[in-house]
Amino acid sequence: MSEKILEIENLTVSFDGFKALNNLNFSLNTGELRVIIGPNGAGKTTFLDIITGKTKPTEGNVRFKGKNLRPYSEHQIARMGVGRKFQTPRVYLNLTPRENLELACNRFKNVFSTLFRKPPTAERRTIGGLLETIGLARKADMKANLLSHGEKQWLEIGMLVAQSPDLLLVDEPVAGLTDEETELTGELLVSLSKSHSIIVIEHDMEFVRQIAQGQVTVLHQGSVLCEGHFDEVQSDPRVIEVYLGHEVDHDQPIDLQQAALQE
Amino acid sequence: MFTGILDGIFNGLSVGSVLLLAALGLAIVFGLMGVINMAHGELMMLGAYTTFVVQNGFKQLGAPWTQFYIFFAVIAAFLVAALVGLALERGVIRYLYGRPLETLLATWGVSLILQQFVRSVNWVLVIGLILFCLLFFGGLWIVKRRPDFERIRNWAIAILLPLSAAISFAVGSVLSKTYKLAVTKPWFGAQNVDVTAPKWLLGGLPIGNYQLPYTRMFIMVLTVLCVLGIYFFLNKTPWGLRIRSVTQNRNMSACLGIPTQKVDALTFALGSGLAGIAGCAVSLLGSVGPNTGQNYIVNTFMVVVVGGVGKLVGTIVGAMAIGITDYIVGTGILAQLFAPIPPLANFFTFFATTSMAKVMVFFLIVVFLQFRPAGLFPQKGRTVDA
Amino acid sequence: MAAEIAVERRIDSSKRRLIVEAAIVLAIALFFILVVPLLLSDFRLNLMGRFLALAIVALGIDLIWGFTGLLSLGHGIFFTLGGYAIAMYIKLQIPESASSRLPEFMSLYGVTELPWFWKPFYSFPFTALAVVLIPGILAGLLGYVIFRNRIRGVYFSILTQAATIIFFNFFNGQQKLFNGTNGLTDFQTIFGAKVNSPGTQYTFYILTIIVLVFAYALCRWLTSGRFGRLLVAIRDDESRVRFTGYDPTGFKVLVFAISGALAGLSGAFFTLQTGIISPNSMNIAFSIEMVIWVAVGGRASLVGAILGALVVNFAKSLLSEKFPDIWLFFQGGLFLLVVMFLPDGIIGWLRTRGKDLFRAATGRKRIMTYPSLEEDPEVEYERKNLGD
Repeated sequence: MSEKILEIENLTVSFDGFKALNNLNFSLNTGELRVIIGPNGAGKTTFLDIITGKTKPTEGNVRFKGKNLRPYSEHQIARMGVGRKFQTPRVYLNLTPRENLELACNRFKNVFSTLFRKPPTAERRTIGGLLETIGLARKADMKANLLSHGEKQWLEIGMLVAQSPDLLLVDEPVAGLTDEETELTGELLVSLSKSHSIIVIEHDMEFVRQIAQGQVTVLHQGSVLCEGHFDEVQSDPRVIEVYLGHEVDHDQPIDLQQAALQE
Repeated sequence: MFTGILDGIFNGLSVGSVLLLAALGLAIVFGLMGVINMAHGELMMLGAYTTFVVQNGFKQLGAPWTQFYIFFAVIAAFLVAALVGLALERGVIRYLYGRPLETLLATWGVSLILQQFVRSVNWVLVIGLILFCLLFFGGLWIVKRRPDFERIRNWAIAILLPLSAAISFAVGSVLSKTYKLAVTKPWFGAQNVDVTAPKWLLGGLPIGNYQLPYTRMFIMVLTVLCVLGIYFFLNKTPWGLRIRSVTQNRNMSACLGIPTQKVDALTFALGSGLAGIAGCAVSLLGSVGPNTGQNYIVNTFMVVVVGGVGKLVGTIVGAMAIGITDYIVGTGILAQLFAPIPPLANFFTFFATTSMAKVMVFFLIVVFLQFRPAGLFPQKGRTVDA
Repeated sequence: MAAEIAVERRIDSSKRRLIVEAAIVLAIALFFILVVPLLLSDFRLNLMGRFLALAIVALGIDLIWGFTGLLSLGHGIFFTLGGYAIAMYIKLQIPESASSRLPEFMSLYGVTELPWFWKPFYSFPFTALAVVLIPGILAGLLGYVIFRNRIRGVYFSILTQAATIIFFNFFNGQQKLFNGTNGLTDFQTIFGAKVNSPGTQYTFYILTIIVLVFAYALCRWLTSGRFGRLLVAIRDDESRVRFTGYDPTGFKVLVFAISGALAGLSGAFFTLQTGIISPNSMNIAFSIEMVIWVAVGGRASLVGAILGALVVNFAKSLLSEKFPDIWLFFQGGLFLLVVMFLPDGIIGWLRTRGKDLFRAATGRKRIMTYPSLEEDPEVEYERKNLGD
């Protein structure tokens, strides 16, 4: 299981001279769940934009399963097996949860298959199961714009799973959720990590503690500041410094959670 | 050969400067609010008609004034178009922000109304309109002061609207019955009207064996002044700073206490006023009619598409590029240049008319967009297309 | 197991609904074919036929705008091309007695030989295909060069509008090839029958209805399945569609091409019933007018598109007969009215308010639900004043 699913070498992205990502190196093992944290403006979302092909790197390469992603566009990368959940839930509001999932679940995504192929029964069963998992079975046939924020978040995670990608990129999955929903989301992600490789971007340190079993990566000003186990990272003075923005008194270590709160 | 090209560039610049003048307001409005104003051409047309009115007014004043009416006309055109633009923004567009396609349709409706308005405007219409506005908005203003306004709002409108419409209509028909033709005769009618340039703008500057008309030069100077004025306004004044900040990030600006609604209204009025000035300039080039605006609208849109949004320089370069290409292709200069190579020459001769040049320019634009889909000077960053 | 039964049941009920709908459509079509001609004068019937032809292009607009969210201002092009295709076929039906073997306008401009691209139009099968394929392929090409660069929103609208002007200029300028501004008119015979005779016109009327029914069925099929949902998804959030693994370009190109082909059909049947096709139908105003038909009827509703085309055009013909001077005021007002107060058109209004009216009439109370609270003016007012 030590095979790399994602390798990023010397990645730089600049917008009109501003370097959103600066000489970033990163790699992810197959089957790993990695949490990325970092203060606002650290380049976290740009990082996801690069992997999914929305933005092209100025320098450097991204390899997914050994393949350089540069020549591929978003939909091709998605078909290779990269799924993405956005910061604010982006589901199709005028469609029902069932239809949302159907679109994501479709295995043949070219124009004519979508037009002529009937969805196989197996697919419909998968969707039924998924609706149960994300707790939307009873609301499966009402328009998604009537769902609550939390339900939309879950629906989007459901869509991500329906897509059955090898690599899940999850951007702030618990923003705006209640504690209970957060807890459930965490459990869902942990159970998904048994069969998928996952990158989670998150601000909520309590949540990070819950899900981060392995390594945590800290981004700062477009580069990797440090990597390590959550407890190590949390007590790393550099990390505390970027979160607080000034020199810290090393005799009195500050809890990172406090730092994040203050930020 | 050389003079031919020089001539082409000069004339192209002059065509381009009219385009630029027309597109300037559109580009600012589009950049700030994402609003495509289909009535922009009609605002130009209003500017042109204002020029016509001012010219006639100054004729009454006698000799020295007739020579200088144009300066007052520019200002009057700016004000009239800006006021109409302000009314348009407050009355229609502000309800449609964030829905650009609907705005496009609504402003198209406004453009139809404006076209018909200049065709059939007469005293009866004007008096009726003023009366209606007084009654309706006055009534609404009175009702608004009641504490339970929100609840009775719909009722108030349902009563006030037909009532004031009926009163104005009645007054109008009484007026037209009593004064007959004196009040029912259209001011302009459907025919085109002519603006004659003052004497000192007639003739032209001889360059080689070719004359550069003074009117064209006047327009170029006017364009340069407008561009400089806009540049100064946007970059050096507090309101310009506000406009730029709203262009870049509307929500953040609102959070910082910038009155975005006022900024919108101001920008729209400014853009419309520029259309008015453009109309004034256009009136010097030929007769103007209710459909004048329609002739310019598509070309000015193309300038915005080529130039990209958010930067003044894009609009300038876009307008000049389109103007010059259009002129060079349309006058057959290319056909002469390629005369030694018959197939190419034939090809360019085929496009060497005004309308066919537009065909060519459109294809060039489409080809251009294959390489630069966001225009010459696109905005970059993560916020784009979020 | 339970899920499977539920799925089966859903399919069954949707099948039944489909049959009912087909029966209703057939009944309405038969009503128009058999009963309406008895109710209307020949003149009004001819108008009805024209407007039914326009309803076909309204379906096309609805497909591309209502469902896919792309506001095309270029459907006049496709409409006119369809019209020219059929007109060219008729113009080549030259009676034996005529002095020239060319359409009469050509001799006016001193053309002695039929231009090469006119020649295939001797054949009816070719013409029939051309009516659909030429506009369809052109729309596909235009769509491809625009969509592949992710140009959309108002940019797409502006470009299609510019294309309209370009075609208008082009056809206007080609006297020798297409009779310029005057267009093609003065149709004589088709299949040996006089084009203008009431019998032929009635045949066109019936054909129009049949084609409209087929167009409706096609659009219904396109918009109901997964394809239709994907169109809605593209409309609502295109980049999300991309991240799900679909390439929106292909879908948009296909829909735009189908929409263009429908416009071509519409133009052909309209031309048959008006007896003229000229570059005038490629002016900007006409293409935008098409959009407003759909807006009035209710976008993203196929019935709405047809209804809108009929209602607006009948209103237009009545009003512009009565008040020819100020028709533009009405039209402009209509644009404003629909966009600002009836964003979902007649059908949308019926769906929301109609239900309330029905309940009020039958005395049934309405239950307040969460979304309807959103629409409540008092709740809205409170929110506004409390700063949300």
